[in-house]
Amino acid sequence: MSVDAGTRPPRRGVPLIDGVEKVTGRARYTADLDHAGALVGRILRSPVSHGEIVGLDVSAARNLEGVAAVVTGDDCPYTYGVLPIAMNEYPLARGRVRYRGEPIAAVAAVDAETAQRALELIELKIRELPAYYTPAEARAPDAILLHDNKPGNVEREVHHQFGDIDVGFAAADLVREETFSCAEINHAQIEPHASLSEFDPLTGRLTVQTVSQVGYYLHLMLARCLDMDTSRIRVIKPFIGGGFGARVEALNFEIVTALLARAANGKVLMELSREETFITHRARPHTDIRLKLGMSKTGRMTACELQVVQRGGAYAGYGIITILYAGSLLHGIYDIPAAKYDGYRVYANLPPCGAMRGHGSVDTRHAFETLVDRMARELGLDPFAVRRANLLHAPTRTVNDLVVNSYGLPECLDRVERASGWKERIGRLPPGKGLGMACSHYVSGAAKPIHFTGEPHAVVHLKLDFDGGVTALTGAADIGQGSSTMVAIAVAETLDVSLDRVRVVSADTAVTPKDNGAYSSRITFMVGNAAIDAARKLKELLIATAARKLEARPEDVECENETFRVGHGEQSALRFADVVAAALVNEGAITVKGAFTCPPDAQGGKHRGGAVGSTMGFSYAAQVVEVSVDDATGQVSVDKVWVALDCGRAINPLAVEGQMQGSVWMGMGQALSEETRYLDGLPAHASMLEYRMPTIMDSPPIETHIVESYDPNGPMGAKEASEGALAGFPPALVNAIANAIGIDLNELPATPDRIMDALIERRRKARLSRALKAAS
Amino acid sequence: MHAPASEPKKRLLRLRLNGRWREDAVGETQLLVDYLREVAHLTGTKTGCDGGECGACTVLVDGEAVPSCITLVARCEGRSVETIEALATQGRLSALQRAFHEKLGAQCGFCTPGMIMAAEALLRDNPAPTEDEIRTALAGNLCRCTGYVKIIEAVRTAVEAGS
Repeated sequence: MSVDAGTRPPRRGVPLIDGVEKVTGRARYTADLDHAGALVGRILRSPVSHGEIVGLDVSAARNLEGVAAVVTGDDCPYTYGVLPIAMNEYPLARGRVRYRGEPIAAVAAVDAETAQRALELIELKIRELPAYYTPAEARAPDAILLHDNKPGNVEREVHHQFGDIDVGFAAADLVREETFSCAEINHAQIEPHASLSEFDPLTGRLTVQTVSQVGYYLHLMLARCLDMDTSRIRVIKPFIGGGFGARVEALNFEIVTALLARAANGKVLMELSREETFITHRARPHTDIRLKLGMSKTGRMTACELQVVQRGGAYAGYGIITILYAGSLLHGIYDIPAAKYDGYRVYANLPPCGAMRGHGSVDTRHAFETLVDRMARELGLDPFAVRRANLLHAPTRTVNDLVVNSYGLPECLDRVERASGWKERIGRLPPGKGLGMACSHYVSGAAKPIHFTGEPHAVVHLKLDFDGGVTALTGAADIGQGSSTMVAIAVAETLDVSLDRVRVVSADTAVTPKDNGAYSSRITFMVGNAAIDAARKLKELLIATAARKLEARPEDVECENETFRVGHGEQSALRFADVVAAALVNEGAITVKGAFTCPPDAQGGKHRGGAVGSTMGFSYAAQVVEVSVDDATGQVSVDKVWVALDCGRAINPLAVEGQMQGSVWMGMGQALSEETRYLDGLPAHASMLEYRMPTIMDSPPIETHIVESYDPNGPMGAKEASEGALAGFPPALVNAIANAIGIDLNELPATPDRIMDALIERRRKARLSRALKAAS
Repeated sequence: MHAPASEPKKRLLRLRLNGRWREDAVGETQLLVDYLREVAHLTGTKTGCDGGECGACTVLVDGEAVPSCITLVARCEGRSVETIEALATQGRLSALQRAFHEKLGAQCGFCTPGMIMAAEALLRDNPAPTEDEIRTALAGNLCRCTGYVKIIEAVRTAVEAGS
């Protein structure tokens, strides 16, 4: 790792505060929690892609010895969903199923074998309906509607235009238009889904421990679907084995487990298989893109026209947000004077898509960075030069009203250009080897929350008690990204106390203040700021106490390294514990609250959907990918990646490096090998073997360069670091393949068969052209 | 009224688990991972897939890394089984554990116990592996967080600490 030579020295990286638990096996994930006496939950899933449930008889299952509860759609007449305007899903199907694997009924039994037998005793009769697996089929005029209120099976259409594209295209020296298609992929976090629910009939309370990244949203949906008062519900986050967006909305099995627990008046553990975890899905949709770009001879972009069609699956989920992001995050990285966007989110009889790392931005970025590279080539421009010709100048607002306050992209470009030896090596590599580059960005939290309640965007509580320990209480879900460590660092540094003095409790809706959760890379910016705000208040209080004891004015008291003093006099120094003891007199345990709110001017434009994409700070990334392509087999191997990320300020450089490597690598999986295919709605890749994510054998060295632009509003200047670098990988790879073998791929992933098809097509054309020449 | 599922046949099994001999009644078809998690209450060993595909359940049987989710516990009669819980001794992390912690070889941590046990088997057999040998030894262990960069770094750090 190397850090940009800024005005401040790089910070020191620290291991995760919960790292010891992880390396010793002591960390308890949902399935590891004490479930003595718990019933085993199992779900009956639809065997067809689309159908009407004409018969559902659970009496034999209910009568089986050892079965404590059976629930069906009759037990929950309430829809749920993450967006208040798009709740169109039942935890258990009612009357109709819309994808293969949709939950229909569930049982809780004394053991797995009995639960399985009970599922087999359920009599289900379904009248099949026509099923649609592509947007074109679903949008056909005679297609029946998956949801009656969505004509044409289009969940949401977006039509945005900013600036005058006709003028822009007219001014261009080169206009090119291409179509791209990106396969649907999955998060494939290593921990399969699991949920442990306990309903206590004596107190009427429900306690849920589960894999959620968004305990608060789940809490709301549990109250809605179980028709319970929110105050009788508690959602606790154990250790979570990865998320990447898989768990950023309440998921059907979580609600089903709670329904079972209530029906059984007890405790139910639901562990989904890997196949069921894949079917639960909520990941990046299959996306078809048509992109038209105008460019001057110097590489200046003049206008852009983008059309995106996403195959969203059977239910709404986050779909409206995804299709809005796909258009809005075209912006915020380059100066595009005019752009038109048409987006279509289409229903299909497949598992619902949702949010996945780089939510909505990745496939658009892929098309854009690929087309920019091809146009640069045609104009004889260097890929770096063409990007530099279109940089923003912060602070600024984009044409679609996104605020850009800090912008380290120029430095990112310089860093990877130098580190990769681009200038010396491009065009001089041996046959079959190539270099490609691309840029990307991402939001540091959505500036407008999904549920607009008027509350701050983040709240953190700090508790200081007799033991001198500072406990930070946050609802922010640490899912492995290191957010609790970030909170601990922010608090410890603001208070100038040792990191060991701070402990972080995350997250428990009965104990920690509400937090919207781990999504849209919001935690560092929002929760980090709230944590610093809380720590400042606590520090003020301690300084006032120290001033009283030292008979000095608070402004003369200095606090350094757990010692309070006036000037440099050693006699007047007070230890942290003494000040805490004094502060507790007449007061008792101290609690302070810190908060953070995004100002309205950062919350996006006034146009419909304008809030999506708005953020207080964008991260920026540039990367260079070096590949070797075997033109006999079509096999692509990635030899090395150089990536630079502007994360504002790296609060924990060790974690930032880890996030950069992880996100680049996840982009590599999407670019090279990952895709979820279905055969008549049946997932063909629902296992860790068939879902082709890269293994350690396929994974290259990833050299990280941290660029620090010091965002004016970020905590210590920080912005997000976990998503911004992902979207640059697929286009950098495709650009590198073009550089290596002269093949322009428009489909992801770049599997050997796709590359071979392109090579064979090129050879066929060459033969044809030779034959034509010989004939003339 | 349907009859409950019949109890599977059980037998008495004797094995050495994390250095201590013990006897348990186990089912003939019981998987080692289920025995470890449900009978011995050692939940450090994880299940990440539907069988033998992800490596999260890797433990050592007589020093050899095996996926415990496709190993019958009955096959471990008289053998020595070691899990992640055995690596930290006398209040100290093992060299691999320390390196995974300090070098951020673990992010979400779910693949970590299996990853560390696979690396442990390698280092016992080959205390100074090359990077290729490290990669080969960990080829059956999937991680979704790290891109493996810091995992390799962690193993190399442990190798250096041990030399």
